[in-house]
Amino acid sequence: MKLRGNSNKYPPIVPGTREWPVVRLAKNRKKFVQEVVDSTINSLGRHTGGKGLTEVLESAVYKERQRIKQNPWKADPKNEKSFYREIQQRLIDYSGQERVNNRKDLEEILHQIVWRYANEIAGNFNRSSYRFARGIATMLFARLLNAARIKGPMSFFSRQLDLDDQIHIIGEAEHLRKLAKKGTIILVPTHFSNLDSILIAWIIQWLGLPPFIYGAGLNLFGIKIFAYFMNSLGAYKVDRRKKNLLYLETLKNHSTLALQHGCHSLFFPGGTRSRSGRIEDRLKLGLLGTAVEAQRFNFQHTHNGNHQKIFIVPVVINYHFVLEAPQLINDYLKIEGQERYYIENDEYSTSFKIAKFLIEFFTKGSDISVTVGKGLDIVGNYVDDEGNSLDSSGNKIEVRDYFLSEGKVTEDQQREQQYTRILSKRIVEEFHKNNCVFASHLAAFLAFEMIKRMNSKLDLFEILRLPEEDIIVPYDKFKRNFKRLRKRIYKIAEKGRIRYAEHLSGKTDSVIDFGIKNVGIYHTNKPLGKNKNGNIITHDLNKLYYYHNRLESYDLEKFIK
Amino acid sequence: MTSKNLSSKPVGVIGAGSFGTAVANILAEQSEVILYARTNERVEKLIRTRQSAKQKLHDVIEVTGDLQEIAEKCEVIFPIVPSHNFRAMIRKASPYLRPYHILIHGTKGLDLNIPEGQEINKKNLLSRDHVRTMSEVILEESNVVRVGCLAGPNLASEMAMRQPAASVVASYFDEVIETGQRLLKNDRFLIYGSKDLIGIELCGILKNIIAIGAGAISGLGLGDNAKALLISRGMVEMIHLGNALGGNTKAFIGLAGVGDLVATCSSSLSRNYTVGFRLAKGESLKDIQTSMEEVAEGVNTVKIMKVLAENYRIRAPITETLYKIIQGKMTVERANIYLMKFPFRADIDFL
Repeated sequence: MKLRGNSNKYPPIVPGTREWPVVRLAKNRKKFVQEVVDSTINSLGRHTGGKGLTEVLESAVYKERQRIKQNPWKADPKNEKSFYREIQQRLIDYSGQERVNNRKDLEEILHQIVWRYANEIAGNFNRSSYRFARGIATMLFARLLNAARIKGPMSFFSRQLDLDDQIHIIGEAEHLRKLAKKGTIILVPTHFSNLDSILIAWIIQWLGLPPFIYGAGLNLFGIKIFAYFMNSLGAYKVDRRKKNLLYLETLKNHSTLALQHGCHSLFFPGGTRSRSGRIEDRLKLGLLGTAVEAQRFNFQHTHNGNHQKIFIVPVVINYHFVLEAPQLINDYLKIEGQERYYIENDEYSTSFKIAKFLIEFFTKGSDISVTVGKGLDIVGNYVDDEGNSLDSSGNKIEVRDYFLSEGKVTEDQQREQQYTRILSKRIVEEFHKNNCVFASHLAAFLAFEMIKRMNSKLDLFEILRLPEEDIIVPYDKFKRNFKRLRKRIYKIAEKGRIRYAEHLSGKTDSVIDFGIKNVGIYHTNKPLGKNKNGNIITHDLNKLYYYHNRLESYDLEKFIK
Repeated sequence: MTSKNLSSKPVGVIGAGSFGTAVANILAEQSEVILYARTNERVEKLIRTRQSAKQKLHDVIEVTGDLQEIAEKCEVIFPIVPSHNFRAMIRKASPYLRPYHILIHGTKGLDLNIPEGQEINKKNLLSRDHVRTMSEVILEESNVVRVGCLAGPNLASEMAMRQPAASVVASYFDEVIETGQRLLKNDRFLIYGSKDLIGIELCGILKNIIAIGAGAISGLGLGDNAKALLISRGMVEMIHLGNALGGNTKAFIGLAGVGDLVATCSSSLSRNYTVGFRLAKGESLKDIQTSMEEVAEGVNTVKIMKVLAENYRIRAPITETLYKIIQGKMTVERANIYLMKFPFRADIDFL
């Protein structure tokens, strides 16, 4: 019933750690931060949205002071309050003066804020602690998963099973390794759980790839032990609370420059975890745009005598069980239900909470599949193993041509925004193609759709408020439809529009049972179950809805009778 | 005459019909132009006579029958060929087209694209998925991304007489709009820009339906009241159909929408208008089409849009009635009586 990945671990593709771009970057951290500051100020000059510098600064400082007051985090530096108080005072002084002569003052304020941001964002990668941290993380991860699967807590100390038995890597792993030698990789995974980043970090090193840099929530750096691990694994800091122009621009420039330096990067293009349980259908264009920008820059400049290419590799992660599902779906329903204020909260404010999360997750682990998709170039064309972009008929395309105007590589922001949109659409398409259907997803999808039909006069919120004990889905009908949908999934899988796990093709009754048992397996109120008569029941409609959403947008509901 | 557009390469025009020729002549005022015609005879005739579609060719226009040449020499190309040849033409040019090319087309028709092995029937209804605008054809058949369209009240014969006019260049790319403006604009030709590529394309396409109707009304000898009625109701119908195909209402109340509609519906120079006019005079569609030199896109558009309107449950009485006339199932007189009895609910229900 299991999907099997390649059980051999891959050797590293770049043996010497000194050659890793991330190492070179960390060595020259100061210089890099200065580069980020310069390019940020430069790009701000070009697009402040028609607003004057004063206005941009005032609005940024206002937002920052609001944030400090309303939503302080432990990870914030001690002098945060006084810093912004002082800046505001200077802005007030400035507005009372003759403006013409004092533009310098303003520029200095700008420089100070941007430097503060750039310095905060930049990671603290350390080669020796990387090795150490990586060792520890891999060990812990494997052991914890062991403990989960085999024989209860004591098997933490057993070496019986290797990690790769639980995590099934399917798709284009070898292709990814080849591309990593040819250019700069950006991994773009779907995001459902906090586990994703740890999982991806493990996969990166398992595939023998050099470390990737990735944005991690600033809140996680509030905890010393976590900060240590994140820093050593190549994380830079992203603060979701800061939404002012200066911060976003600094963040983007940090990413662009790191890509230009050849650092493989990891973006979660959906921005945050999918709250609805749906595969991301709308991506954040800001960070994605840095890929296009960096690619254009690389065509304007050479790196070791050639133009470094950038490859975007979509990754889809599938779980039977997402620990945070109850919280996520509640958030989603609140937002959908027009609840106006949604505060980005700090779920993991203490080490205890994180430890609890991890232990819960690992002791409650179940099958995970990770699909590595085909590599794309910055406008979403597939690339071959050599890194050549191919059009739909398999002919080579020169990516440089996308940036040419009258024979020269030119910078055109609006054009690049448009390319980012095209790329984002392509990534969403690839997510859907590489989604791997588990029996549990299909069971949840079908059950919820059938409940919807049984209550066709109610809207979504009314359905979710139905008393669970009144809902019974007759098994015969469920089974007939399960078969029908499964057939449909095979059909669209043949066309390459979806994937499915091997366990899906067993005998219908046992596949349904497997699905019902595994969907949200460790929640206290399980989304699906069977009653005494063998009919399908639910204990929690919200969660059922959450797991159901995974298979939305394939038009499967049309095939239910 | 020397070229004023010093910076760059020649501009290409694919298609030497009346609109293609008119556009080539306007472009030639500022740039070198290469004009493509499909058949060898036509190329030879153009070179020999320096006349195309009753217009004199500007001196700087070079004529070719080679798509590779036009793609290699030009970065900006204006494809202006009938919609039923459009896909084949792009396919033929595709091996020579690159992502740096800018294509601004001027074709106002739809492409029906039903994948092989698929059949349109009761189970598989004709939908937006089977219909492409020309920009979508370009994206589908080539590696070109910088695509735009040219649409507006541009009766080729008036442009040939150097009368003032304006047009819209629409594209998702600012640089395409700017390029279009830079190349086409002169003191008697204004160019507006729009980001709603699909909306602007649909304006040009759907107005042809109404133009046939307007021609029919004139053919019946009815007056301007009747025509105004048709134009304004036609406008509403265009918006409903356009929205269903992914265009925004805004586009339709601009130059490419209402502007073009008024021009084609009032001018006997318009091909689609002529079709309607002659239908009302009792000629059969077949006779009209064989005697016309160029394609009236509206006929094909009526056929496609009638089915789409049905499948999307949109009230499109003008389109439906014209469909019946074209099929020979209703006379123009009967259609007139039918439409006058049609129960419209509200004058404006789209704003």
